[in-house]
Amino acid sequence: MKVNGEEKKLESRMTLGQYLEQQGYDLKRVAAELNGEILPRSEFQNRELSDADTLEIVHFVGGG
Amino acid sequence: MIPSKEEIRAICDSRFSPAVYEKLRQSSVAVAGLGGLGSNIAVMLARTGIGRLKLIDFDRVDLSNLNRQVYDVRHLGQLKTEALAQRLREINPYIDLELYNGRITEAQVGDVFSGYRYICEAFDGPEDKAMLAQQVLSCLPRAYLVAGSGMAGYDDADRIRTRKVSRRFYVCGDEQSDIAEGIGLMAPRVAVCAGHQANKIVQLILEER
Repeated sequence: MKVNGEEKKLESRMTLGQYLEQQGYDLKRVAAELNGEILPRSEFQNRELSDADTLEIVHFVGGG
Repeated sequence: MIPSKEEIRAICDSRFSPAVYEKLRQSSVAVAGLGGLGSNIAVMLARTGIGRLKLIDFDRVDLSNLNRQVYDVRHLGQLKTEALAQRLREINPYIDLELYNGRITEAQVGDVFSGYRYICEAFDGPEDKAMLAQQVLSCLPRAYLVAGSGMAGYDDADRIRTRKVSRRFYVCGDEQSDIAEGIGLMAPRVAVCAGHQANKIVQLILEER
């Protein structure tokens, strides 16, 4: 799987939500695009990841 | 003496070329959040000659804003939308402004930004930023979003960059320095990030095919 431009090995079957949590992301602060498609947060726990996926993650920090 | 529309136009034409200026003048940009990022972005876009801006914020100008936002003491207590509109009209009296006073919920994004192809995310809270990114990119299939993330403190200015996340989605900032971690926002670094966002918007407008 490609995550923010880097190759990552998907260790087991999991959903996008599980992957983001495992990587320490706060789901409420994340915008995620899977294969070029933006996913609403309500979809994170339904979408199963595969090794062929390309994932772009933006984890927002505060300030503006 | 307030210069005429024609005088301002002639100056912009001679600086940028008529073709470039015309493209900028016919563009509309929405700025969501009018704090350190948004107020600076709006001023830069107004100076660049963008024809129409939508200014969005729920808040009023507070003394604690003056260390980094474009307001001054005369604006204390005013709605940020109105205070900023005054500043922008002092820069270009002929700019077309649309003001939106209020918070934006998930359900409103499609309506509030309809008709705006270029959107700057300049909110303060990370959850609002993520919500806006998700909604704009999923509900507005033609819109470009240029977001800001990570510009607190006084670390090296060149750690702030513009990252292309996907065709319609860019993030400016170092994506790390969080206001929650001690040091707050300071004028120079916030302005650097605002400059990245405004510049990406101008580039998208001028390079659009």
